[in-house]
Amino acid sequence: MRITVTVNGEQHTRDVEPRLLLVHFLRDELGLTGTHWGCDTSNCGVCTVWLDGTPVKSCTVLAVMADGHEVRTVEGLAHGAELDPVQQGFIACHGLQCGFCTPGMMMTARWLLDHNADPSEEDIREAISGQVCRCTGYENIVRAIRWAAEHGGGRGTADAGTEPAPGREEVRA
Amino acid sequence: MTTTEERPVGFGRMPRKEDARFVRGHGTYVDDVRLPGMLHGAILRSPLAHARIVSIDTSAAEAHPKVRAVITGETLAGLGLAWMPTISYDTQAVLATDKVRFQGQEVAFVVAEDHYAARDALELIDVEYEPLPPVVDARRALDPDAPVIRDDKEGQTDNHVFDWSAGDKERTDEVFAAADVVVEQDMLYPRVHPAPLETCGTVADMDAITGKLTVWSTTQAPHAHRTLYAMVAGIPEHKIRIISPDIGGGFGNKVGIYPGYVCAVVGSIVTGKPVKWVEDRSENLMSTSFARDYHMHGEIAATKDGKIQGLRVHVIADHGAFNATAQPTQFPAGFFSVFTGSYDLAAAHCTVTGVYTDKAPGGVAYACSFRVTEAVYLVERMVDVLADKLGTDPAELRMRNLLRPGQFPYRTQTGWEYDSGDYPRALRLAMDIAHYDDLRREQAGKRERGELMGIGVSFFTEAVGAGPRKHMDILGLGMADGAELRVHPTGKAVLRISVQTQGQGHETTFAQIVAEELGIPPEDVEVVHGDTDQTPFGLGTYGSRSTPVSGAAAAMVARKVRERAKIVASAMLEVSPDDLEWEKGRWYVTGDPDQGRTMAEIALAAHSNLELPEGVEGQLDATCVYNPPNLTFPFGAYICVADVDADTGQVKIRRFVAVDDCGNRINPMIVEGQVHGGLADGLGMALMQVIAFDEDGNCLGGSFMDYLLPTSVECPSWELGETVTPSPHHPIGAKGVGESATVGSPAAVVNAVVDALKPLGVRHVDMPLTPAAVWRAAQGRPLRTDLAIT
Repeated sequence: MRITVTVNGEQHTRDVEPRLLLVHFLRDELGLTGTHWGCDTSNCGVCTVWLDGTPVKSCTVLAVMADGHEVRTVEGLAHGAELDPVQQGFIACHGLQCGFCTPGMMMTARWLLDHNADPSEEDIREAISGQVCRCTGYENIVRAIRWAAEHGGGRGTADAGTEPAPGREEVRA
Repeated sequence: MTTTEERPVGFGRMPRKEDARFVRGHGTYVDDVRLPGMLHGAILRSPLAHARIVSIDTSAAEAHPKVRAVITGETLAGLGLAWMPTISYDTQAVLATDKVRFQGQEVAFVVAEDHYAARDALELIDVEYEPLPPVVDARRALDPDAPVIRDDKEGQTDNHVFDWSAGDKERTDEVFAAADVVVEQDMLYPRVHPAPLETCGTVADMDAITGKLTVWSTTQAPHAHRTLYAMVAGIPEHKIRIISPDIGGGFGNKVGIYPGYVCAVVGSIVTGKPVKWVEDRSENLMSTSFARDYHMHGEIAATKDGKIQGLRVHVIADHGAFNATAQPTQFPAGFFSVFTGSYDLAAAHCTVTGVYTDKAPGGVAYACSFRVTEAVYLVERMVDVLADKLGTDPAELRMRNLLRPGQFPYRTQTGWEYDSGDYPRALRLAMDIAHYDDLRREQAGKRERGELMGIGVSFFTEAVGAGPRKHMDILGLGMADGAELRVHPTGKAVLRISVQTQGQGHETTFAQIVAEELGIPPEDVEVVHGDTDQTPFGLGTYGSRSTPVSGAAAAMVARKVRERAKIVASAMLEVSPDDLEWEKGRWYVTGDPDQGRTMAEIALAAHSNLELPEGVEGQLDATCVYNPPNLTFPFGAYICVADVDADTGQVKIRRFVAVDDCGNRINPMIVEGQVHGGLADGLGMALMQVIAFDEDGNCLGGSFMDYLLPTSVECPSWELGETVTPSPHHPIGAKGVGESATVGSPAAVVNAVVDALKPLGVRHVDMPLTPAAVWRAAQGRPLRTDLAIT
């Protein structure tokens, strides 16, 4: 089946089997290997990407379902050479160790800050509760997201209280 | 010229070099490796725990248009590879030929053009099994009527693996006979699984032209793997290159060699193409190295005023169907004999009996430091059982019995020599951070109101840094580690090490060690690891041994370079080396500090036409192999506060205080991250994790639907403290720490929950303390957590 998916602002057209999972489409077809695959029951969340501005577990989405839609992955998180405040926060607060959960965690963190510029510790823990980390004990991930909020990362202030429409989210190449 | 203060100092909270690639999604993990023509492998696994294989029909799978090869045990038998040796001098089936011995065991291997097709083809293989009764309950494995699992082994007529003991039995029996108080407790440390987020996998590439085998693999011990491949496959080591790229967590899961790795190598030989094999989560949980599974009976003896005198322990160790436990050769029960813990005992004795069951192999994994998790859990539960019997506060009982600083180095009753410790200071600090007395008052108030609140204390002594060659080897390979350091002409350096990070930050901290020793910025030290063609031989990362062994090697090799630099500097300054003194980054003339040369100046001169003294070859590099004189013994004091809902059995960990002492801290930020992660492991084990089995041997923990991992919501905000008691024998006074929190925390959680349930008459609950287990315990009907049979 022929599909066209916009990933990090760039259109990709491929012939794929209908059963192909989005996570494998991103990794194997497009070579975007920052998105990982950690379980087979949709629990771990290391495959989290944005589909039309909403975090999804890409192991639980078929690639064909993304046809005509926009996907954003960890590779599209930085603004050119400049890291997103979320990425800076993860480095500054030691929010990663092996790095395997990191791409998915950061995608959720970015989404959270877009919708809640000043999240409490509880908000953060709730937001990332669909994602497992085996290295950090979560403490420094929570701190990293707080750090990002306090260092220009809480860009949700502008549209506080309003839910962005699907696909409205600006995608940075 | 810069002053000493402005020069870089190696140790400290340095952000990690690794992060730059990981936060951009630019890490390279095994499944990210793509080679031209690469094929994909998948494993057919046994649906039964114990069964004879009658026949395997692969014809339909072979007819699949995208399938390139189907490999069975018979194919492997032709190559002498149907069975492989394990680290414990046992054998393990690569692909089953005669019988299957656990559910999820490897039966056939398909190589296809893509991953999806390989999975499709598995469905086309028809295996006929003749079911046999499985051995599931380790405590019944040695019953006379138990089916013999390992009938492949010559002379094996039962399910016995080994008997091992430590300590002085006679003396211990005497101490117990004379003691005022003796208490005993059965306890299970259930089978759990390290479950790294990245599963195990490999890409094998056998080049038929050059005869060179390259293997990208999730391995914590690349050099040991290379040697084992050479021994088993008969390919010489210089024709084998193991590359351990970025590893998405190991936690002891990625120490040994799994059948999938061997199958991928054979697949590459058979097809002439690179073959990738990456297991999925359920395969990882069901077939790769489990952890723990110790059925322990503990006894503790004391005087009536609370002086602990002796410990006596018997363990039945469930090793699964093949003894593939990873530990030094002389230690079939790992370092379990450190079970005397942090106390000054008159005598101690333990026996461990290993048994086969129809379960996956493993045992040593998940930050256990070779069974120290089990040892610490045993002693720290026993001390609480004793405190309960004596009516003494458990923190107070520990404080009274802890080893004193003046007793170090301290030789235990089972032969370990603890290097250093100030235990009372650490426990006091933890009690101060927790406001222990206030907590007890709060608890008393709650008990009056019928609310269940528990306070759990655990004090542990770890044993990490295996180890002295004389006593410790793995399959004959002594547990020393190499290091190579080269300083380039412009003063930048490359350090090559034999250990392999899986997230512990070696690329940063090892650069910091060199920076500290040579006074060059850590940013200018590149750390190379994980490629056997590029790095010196050594035994890899597990048992928290990187800092104790390889970290020592890094410091020693840097000191060798510093001494070489001194000779070069003396030639540059035209003075005797004896007239030079070192300050960070610079040799200078005694009494004339302006006359000196920095490392960068010396490095350039070492590569120049400067005339060097006789015997000095020029350039600035060195190699070293570090054979540690002893292990390091970090320690810590943990306090957990838990609230329990008696009606639902729900446990809420409200606070967790952890004071760790690992000697000098190379990078405190990284140490704290290690502790946080280990605490989450311990909490997960204590509250939710178990790989259980039903009576047919079905694995009941084979996916993340059942095998639960703590999330951000279950974990409290960890409260850390530190004391610093350096290891006297280590070049930079540093001890290992990575596994401390996993070792020390489960007992604190269980002690807290049992303490909470005390008003209900509960004296022990086996892990995991799920709502069901806690509720049942509160009803006086404890649950057997390892079996689905209750």
